[in-house]
Amino acid sequence: MDIFVLPYTIGNYLADEIATKPIPLTHAAFDAAEKAASDRINTLMNIKGKQTVESLHKRLGKIMWEKCGMARSEQGLKEAISEIQQLKKEFWSDVKIPGSIDEMNPELDKANRVADFIELGELMCLDALQRNESCGGHFREEYQTPDGEAERRDDEYMYVSAWELKGDHQWELHKEELKYDLIKPAQRNYK
Amino acid sequence: MEHYTMNLTLKVWKQKNANASGGFETYSVKDISSEMSFLEMFDVLNEQLIHEGKDPIAFDHDCREGICGACSMYVNGRPHGPWHGTTTCQLHMRAFKDGDTIVVEPWRANAFPVIKDLVVDRTAFDRIIQAGGYISVNTGVSVDGNAIPIEKEKADKAFAAAACIGCGACVAACKNSSALLFVSAKVSHLALLPQGDPERRTRAVAMVTQMDKEGFGSCTNTGACEAVCPKEISIENIARLNREYAFGGLSSDK
Repeated sequence: MDIFVLPYTIGNYLADEIATKPIPLTHAAFDAAEKAASDRINTLMNIKGKQTVESLHKRLGKIMWEKCGMARSEQGLKEAISEIQQLKKEFWSDVKIPGSIDEMNPELDKANRVADFIELGELMCLDALQRNESCGGHFREEYQTPDGEAERRDDEYMYVSAWELKGDHQWELHKEELKYDLIKPAQRNYK
Repeated sequence: MEHYTMNLTLKVWKQKNANASGGFETYSVKDISSEMSFLEMFDVLNEQLIHEGKDPIAFDHDCREGICGACSMYVNGRPHGPWHGTTTCQLHMRAFKDGDTIVVEPWRANAFPVIKDLVVDRTAFDRIIQAGGYISVNTGVSVDGNAIPIEKEKADKAFAAAACIGCGACVAACKNSSALLFVSAKVSHLALLPQGDPERRTRAVAMVTQMDKEGFGSCTNTGACEAVCPKEISIENIARLNREYAFGGLSSDK
């Protein structure tokens, strides 16, 4: 949706920002964010493990491809979550990043991203597991009509899931209700 | 084409940063698939180097599908390697054969200082764009493209010029390190369209002025830029830039 809707809306949304003066960096939030980023970089560099960032990234990709693709099932998603949690442990205890912090270091850059991908991968699986219906790109194998079409359950899942990270592997669901006045959501039909 | 694997020798420019003096390092890679892209071959080599406790090769890459212009490097003495109209990321290893030695270097131009190994700083191009490579429009919902009639020939030429991905191969190939093919592509795709008209009198002059400030050289019509451009930008655009520049220079008001 973003690639279609954003170009038409974001320009107007941001236009008034041209009058905003540069924001001073004195707020405590800036210091906290800088320290968090710096601590994380130091932690990553000090792991000095054996597995490359690339190899861990590929393992994550394989889990997502096999178990959190367009068709996913409860069993596969539960397996994926536990595999990703194991992968996360390995990443934060055994990743090998060459070079140093004070130079251009593409491997460190990649490690920071893969750390985020691992977290996001777990959340994608959790979100897919929580939504016991099929809808759009989310096809839960358990929820299909006899002829293999997506089985929506609008009575239970008419909301956007906004997940809040409360701690390691701790996600809290906030439901943002969807109200349709003019259109009625329906199963897509190509027949 | 039949799949095959190859063992290769690579001579790659290594340079710690802009101030360090660089030099060639020689590496061996084995069992490289002919189906791999050139950058995937580098990925394999870097995994090998990290396991051996050596410094991996820094290279720029992003989309890996020929549209971002990041994967800038000289491969065997030619920007983006041996294939015509192809970026390094879309150069495949089937361009090489078992036992080959491949020499890889960064762009060489004063305006593109080396950041590390094969990565150069190309922000000079960004500053040229900021100087005039844009159109000013009111924000809000954009109008339907078909609402503005544009003749087919002009639309095609504007599109061909807009295909420039700003990779810098033209600068790298030029004996004078001129950026004129890049600047001319950016000026042309706006000059050919009605949307580019309001800033027409200032655009070319502003962009060329910035280009000179960045330390790019002059154009002497050699045509090396056009020959190596992965997007096959025509040198005809440089003639159009010269007309736009003269037009802007002769106007007293904006």
